Amino acid sequence: MQEKYDFVVIGAGVIGCMIARWLSRYEGRVLVIEKEADLGMGTTAANTSIVHAGYDPVPGSLKARMNVKGNAMWDQLKAELNFAYVRSGDYVIAIGEEELPALDTLMIQGKKNGVPGMIMISGEEMRAREKNINPNVSGALWASTGGICDCFQVNVAAGENAAMNGAEFKFNTAFEDFIMEGDRIIGIKTNRGDFLSRWVINCAGLYSDVVMHKAGVRPEFKIRPRKGEYMVFDRADIQIDNVLFPVPSEAGKGIMVTNTVHGNTIIGPNAQIIDDKEDTSTTIPGMNEIWEGAQKLIPSLDRRHVIATFAGLRAMGNAPCKTPGVNYNKDYIIEIPENVRGFVNLGGIESPGLASAPAIAEEVIDLLKDAGEKLIEKKDWNPIRPARPRFRNMTHAERQELCEVDPAYGRVICRCENVTEGEIIREIHAPIPAITYDAIKRRTWLGTGRCQGSFDMPRVTAILSRELGISPLEVTKRGNGSEFLSRQTKELGVQDAD
Amino acid sequence: MLTKETYDVIVIGSGPGGLAAAIEAKKAGAQDVLVIERDVEPGGILLQCIHNGFGLQNFKEDLPGPEYAQRYINEARAIGVEFLLDTMVIDVTPQRRLYLSSQRHGYFTLDARAIVLAMGCRERTRAQIRIPGMRPSGVFTAGTAQRWVNVEGYMPGKNFVILGSGDIGMIMARRLTFEGAKVSRVLEIQSYLSGLSRNYVQCLQDWDIPLQLQHTIKRIMGKNRVEAIETVAVDDHWNFVPGSEEIIPCDTLLLSVGLIPENELSKKAGVLLDPITGGPYVDERFQTSVPGIFAAGNVVHVYDLVDYVSIAGDTAGMHAARYAAAETQHEADYVPLKAGKNVRYVVPHKLDRKALENGNIQLQLRVTRPIEEDVWLEVRSESKSVVRRSERYARPGEMVTIMLKPSMAEEVRQAASLTVDVYPKAEA
Repeated sequence: MQEKYDFVVIGAGVIGCMIARWLSRYEGRVLVIEKEADLGMGTTAANTSIVHAGYDPVPGSLKARMNVKGNAMWDQLKAELNFAYVRSGDYVIAIGEEELPALDTLMIQGKKNGVPGMIMISGEEMRAREKNINPNVSGALWASTGGICDCFQVNVAAGENAAMNGAEFKFNTAFEDFIMEGDRIIGIKTNRGDFLSRWVINCAGLYSDVVMHKAGVRPEFKIRPRKGEYMVFDRADIQIDNVLFPVPSEAGKGIMVTNTVHGNTIIGPNAQIIDDKEDTSTTIPGMNEIWEGAQKLIPSLDRRHVIATFAGLRAMGNAPCKTPGVNYNKDYIIEIPENVRGFVNLGGIESPGLASAPAIAEEVIDLLKDAGEKLIEKKDWNPIRPARPRFRNMTHAERQELCEVDPAYGRVICRCENVTEGEIIREIHAPIPAITYDAIKRRTWLGTGRCQGSFDMPRVTAILSRELGISPLEVTKRGNGSEFLSRQTKELGVQDAD
Repeated sequence: MLTKETYDVIVIGSGPGGLAAAIEAKKAGAQDVLVIERDVEPGGILLQCIHNGFGLQNFKEDLPGPEYAQRYINEARAIGVEFLLDTMVIDVTPQRRLYLSSQRHGYFTLDARAIVLAMGCRERTRAQIRIPGMRPSGVFTAGTAQRWVNVEGYMPGKNFVILGSGDIGMIMARRLTFEGAKVSRVLEIQSYLSGLSRNYVQCLQDWDIPLQLQHTIKRIMGKNRVEAIETVAVDDHWNFVPGSEEIIPCDTLLLSVGLIPENELSKKAGVLLDPITGGPYVDERFQTSVPGIFAAGNVVHVYDLVDYVSIAGDTAGMHAARYAAAETQHEADYVPLKAGKNVRYVVPHKLDRKALENGNIQLQLRVTRPIEEDVWLEVRSESKSVVRRSERYARPGEMVTIMLKPSMAEEVRQAASLTVDVYPKAEA
């Protein structure tokens, strides 16, 4: 017996979950399938977490429209979903007189895109605002609407709110093909069986090209992953208080230095086009490149203060902009294709996809309505996803109160980031359960500090084992195949290798 | 259950430094002494060090880590030291108020007349040595693997490569081999061993585990679990030697690439840290820059042998008790101690000019490079040599000590500063 849905979303990244959350407002059954063990394990897990103002995208592009519209939606989104987000503003920094004209170009572009609240500031003013800035700063573009967030938290919050409102999630469930009836999609085949649905929404990120090709849509469309590498600094050693971009180049927005909502400074990303959609490796040339790039903005960075490195892939597409007269071929695709029914197709949602996410979700709703879908609002829709307590962000008095309510919040498991057992247990039993080490790490920020999980890993493994009723041997870092442990000790006569 | 809200001496950490400090504080007359431990049992990292080699100095016996710890725990309990287990110190103020958190007691405060910091050290991680590549499961510090094998009873892999010739790495190479795992090699980027020579002999040589000096890792491969690593030879400046790359299949990479004193709490208390050691600046009593806050053991600098950590704990604990009793700041006139030729650092960082009136003072240091010939260890003032002694060699992996004696009190009193040098006798 095949399960029947009204909407199936392929991919539980920030875009898929945001769309699921918007859909969960209306009557109908929503299913989100995800090939990985948790949500947000692709591009969402590894990016700069910037909510861009919107002066970067080419005027007239769908990217520009989504960015500027999406940016304006973030205050309400934060109020409803309760994730970490700060509308901090951002800077584009010109070093030397020769880079000043680039700021004017961005200012003009921003105005065309409808970005409010941009001003030019002098080099002197910039030096006053960021004491660590390269002294050769000649000027800066200040965009007051830019911001920073915890991208993964946004993803979790949107997913959970969707789940609270009835959306279903299936993990470790990989799309294989569509089930067609003539030119209409009526469902999908996965490694875990078939699911029938009136609508299928492509939010497959890096694999969005593969998915749309299975539907016979845009055979010429291709995702080429652009890898970006990053370094994270110990917040006890250095704190940059601002969001700093260099002037952009052909390759993209450039290697930035930014604060994060967690207080760590991060640098990156570079932009290397690669073929392998799973290649999130860091490289020596890449690390050197971002180091040099970051030092252009903040010359005093000290490599000894780096506590983590990572790489993420942006889903760069090759779709031409639909606006007449705009010559741009890396635009977003958000469409109901003419040749296939029952399909909402998204593709090439790279940066500023995060900033755009709520606007993209709304755009999908509008497309469905235009296609004649009768969307009826649920009477009991709850837009609020409450935040869970975070011990480390609390005052002494708040911590005392929290520990009185639930003593498990008194036991600190992650000593660098002060994450408690109470927080971990709550995540394991959340609306979308965190059942891997990385899932807990990304939700609680445990293991992200200077010891990088050395102390907490055995302890979290024990907690996951106890709470899920599984053997420690079954606990994984990021899903099947990433187990930490191979067997018990003292198994007599065991020889693991030749 | 806690008996007090204010203690004479509170010791943070129940490893060898903390246990010794608590016992000595009690013996030196402190009434109320409390040891706070974040784990559920006292003993610190000693509990996972089930190999022998502990106690040769202090007990003239060769003990495994847990037994060494238990002797101190028994003594501490016998003389009335209180323990607060499964409790994390979240914050410490310069006024010696502690904010604590535990499942049993909730979130609360305690005050101390004197504090001994004994949080030990932590291991350097992958990011700190910037190993490129993928980030799969199966990359662990040697200490994490040690906890899994010796405390939790699980094997964190089958086929291991170990990066770094630190002591824990070599000890784990042997331990994993005992348990039936394969340890294919140990890589060391330096041209010399970073741990103790005795561990090289007993843990690697005796078990035919190859050590490759001047080799490191260029890349980690594997999406979900480590599948292989790429090694590469390096020259004297750590540049890769082209063409020397080798792909080694394995499922686990252990890192034993150095230890860093753990001083996040010290920083919160306003304690000044030495960027070379990573630990607090201390005087000969192991008092930090904040009056009434002392530090003992690996939190000050990384020791090579646990016995010396306990001895440092003795000193810190005794002086913490005296501070608590006097409740007045000890006004001292200090002589700074400087690292000279071939010396990376010297602990303590400064000496009370009158300190030698009360007995011997041990200087502890590490050299910057291996010197494989007869060496002089020498302490000198601007004008003359205060003391010198000889050793057959000096190696970065092994701590070096020099004793200052009351007979040298006059030279020390008059010195503007003291410098410690280590140099080949041939250069003398």
